[in-house]
Amino acid sequence: MKAKHQRLILALAALVALIGAGLLAASALKDEAAYFYAPGDVKTKGVEPGKPIRLGGMVVKGSLKRAPDGVTITFDVTDGKATVPATFSGIAPDLFKEGSGVVAEGSFDTKGTFVATNLLAKHDERYMPRELEGMSYNETTREIEVDQ
Amino acid sequence: MIAEIGLAALWLAAALALLQLVLAFTGLKGNKPDLLAAVRPAAVAQGVLTAIAFIALVTLFLRSDMSVLLVATNSHSAKPWLYKFAGTWGNHEGSMLLWVTVMGVAGAAVALFERALRRDTHMATLGGQAAISLGFYAFLLFSSNPFARLAPAPADGQGLNPLLQDPGLAFHPPTLYIGYVGLSVAFSFAIGALLTRQVDAAFARAMRPWVLAAWVMLTLGITAGSYWAYYELGWGGWWFWDPVENASLMPWLAATALLHSVTVLATRDALRAWTVMLAVVAFSMSMVGTFLVRSGILTSVHAFAVDPERGSFILGLLALYIGGALALFGWRIGAVREGAPFELVSRETMLVINNLLLTVILGLVLIGTLYPLMTEAFGHKVSVGAPYFDRIAGPIALALMIAMAVGPLVRWRRDDGRVVTKRLVIPFLIALSLSAWLSVLAWGRIGILPFLGLVIAGAVGVASLAPLWKRNLRRTPLFTYGMVIAHLGCAVSLGGMASDSAFTVEKLVAARPGDMIQTAGWQLRFVQIQPIAGDNWTALQADMEVRRGGRPVMIHPQSRFFASPPTTTSEAALLTRWNGQLYVVLGEEVEGGRWQLRIWWKPFVTLIWLGGILIALGGFLALLGRERRGWLMKWRARAATA
Repeated sequence: MKAKHQRLILALAALVALIGAGLLAASALKDEAAYFYAPGDVKTKGVEPGKPIRLGGMVVKGSLKRAPDGVTITFDVTDGKATVPATFSGIAPDLFKEGSGVVAEGSFDTKGTFVATNLLAKHDERYMPRELEGMSYNETTREIEVDQ
Repeated sequence: MIAEIGLAALWLAAALALLQLVLAFTGLKGNKPDLLAAVRPAAVAQGVLTAIAFIALVTLFLRSDMSVLLVATNSHSAKPWLYKFAGTWGNHEGSMLLWVTVMGVAGAAVALFERALRRDTHMATLGGQAAISLGFYAFLLFSSNPFARLAPAPADGQGLNPLLQDPGLAFHPPTLYIGYVGLSVAFSFAIGALLTRQVDAAFARAMRPWVLAAWVMLTLGITAGSYWAYYELGWGGWWFWDPVENASLMPWLAATALLHSVTVLATRDALRAWTVMLAVVAFSMSMVGTFLVRSGILTSVHAFAVDPERGSFILGLLALYIGGALALFGWRIGAVREGAPFELVSRETMLVINNLLLTVILGLVLIGTLYPLMTEAFGHKVSVGAPYFDRIAGPIALALMIAMAVGPLVRWRRDDGRVVTKRLVIPFLIALSLSAWLSVLAWGRIGILPFLGLVIAGAVGVASLAPLWKRNLRRTPLFTYGMVIAHLGCAVSLGGMASDSAFTVEKLVAARPGDMIQTAGWQLRFVQIQPIAGDNWTALQADMEVRRGGRPVMIHPQSRFFASPPTTTSEAALLTRWNGQLYVVLGEEVEGGRWQLRIWWKPFVTLIWLGGILIALGGFLALLGRERRGWLMKWRARAATA
């Protein structure tokens, strides 16, 4: 094979790989990247049941309840615009509590309840999920405040 | 006093880096040997000075000197000494000092030990290393001074994040950083070679051991980090596609590609421009990773502090160095002669495929990691998570594994396609029988990716041993063993990953002391809950008697409370057997005196990290083999002249 041809073939292979990768990324991102939802987005955009997403917001005060099996909890997540019921089976992180921020990974069931498989709460007092920046829970009015 | 010594050493090192840069380039330009003679001593002195600064900071942490701001905000006098020591780099400034120290010491090592490289390229390389170091010295001194004082000194410090109070902190960041920053040497080699127009086989042979060494440490660091996250977070997972994990994976992917292409350049003098490009990309990925982690721009457990000023500083450095290197590449690469051509069926082609696939994975991980940043610039908040990465990286990684099995069975220059096919008959039969066996065993119960993963791991594991087939094992060179072991390690690791996702059994219960729990053939008797105390924590501990046939063993999952800073962490109990791990996490108390327990049986999960260690061991043997051959040749030459 001539050197010139070889360089051409190599360049073509690289180009094909690059375009392939780009298309793959684009299609995967289109499906998966609309990944983080606040309750308000769920209401306006709608999320099909079973689609894996992250739901982020504040845990509504007084909504946290534990099922008799001792390992399942139910709670409501709100961003001030809408409220979504959620359930989680497992060991909740220590900083997961009412009135505090949470990012839940999971999907909606057919009844519109969010079934979380994983809860991400703050790791320590200094850490806040970035998606929740600008949200805070007002203790006195029991409302979410969102700075835009 | 110690803090001032450390700071002075840093300033001196920065001044020496500037001197080294000027000396190297004016010396090379005007061809002045007397100027060039000072370059190596400058690099060595810089390495010594950064080491002094680093030791100074370690000493301050060990002594709990609260008059130093960094110690006061990140340490506590009641901490065990290991965490005082390792806590030195468990914060932003300390970890950047570790970064700069590794860079300085690596530069000194290149000055002292590099003998194979042509002298002018060697000098230009050292100049390049000085240029990169300079930016990071500036970053440390102007925006992240680890030695800043605090007056008045507080009575005690604020403590270290308890998640970091683990022996893992002593091992994972240093190995990772040696790998990460060790790649700066490859970057500098590329700069040096472009400047002196020496992109050839001799250059590749000189660069290879440095790339190998950095890659071995990076592999170890990632493996250690993955195991640490697995047992410390108590989530039972070993890889979360966290941006910071991606930040360490991306340089590893680039370095793996570089490792293979530099071998093509060294043995066959082909892939010249591509190899230089990869060397630039590898360290660029290290810098991108540092930017992502240190700017706090992405959500991550590793992001210590969010400081926009620091973020823009690193972004500036990033643009300067990557842009500069790419500009140099564009300007000089035309002058690099065409490399040697090769046939379509050849080892070279297989390595090109390896490089393409690795680069594609790298690109996809990079896009996925940066995509949230790009969309946020347009006002959307988006996060890209495991579903994206699993979906795109999984299939390509499996294809890469197949290429890895085939590659070593193909000869350099040209081979016969039919002969190669014959060599693959046995692995192919193994793949077929494994798929048949798995289909009978677990059809419909495991996903397609874990299924393919198990099949490919088995077949590739056997195929990776094939290069030793019918060879005189005693006369096989050490680096061939290195390659075989590293490739086997990939198969072993893949097997562990696939087995974990295919066969893990999880059980979640709320149990009272005295209860008996059964899962996956294990019997767990929940004996009691008791409070215990450690050095700087108190804990509730569950005592559990577990057995699977045989004699019972006690395990003790804990929920620990740390006072400074006030945090609760869960310490999972792990019981390792040859065929897997039992993983038990203690949750909180619920009504009825019951305790939450999360129990996993993870068959062969340990293979994931065993494979990682094998990969690193293979790299180490390859390095040793090449170096030893060099020493032997030198020794023989000397004996012949004497």
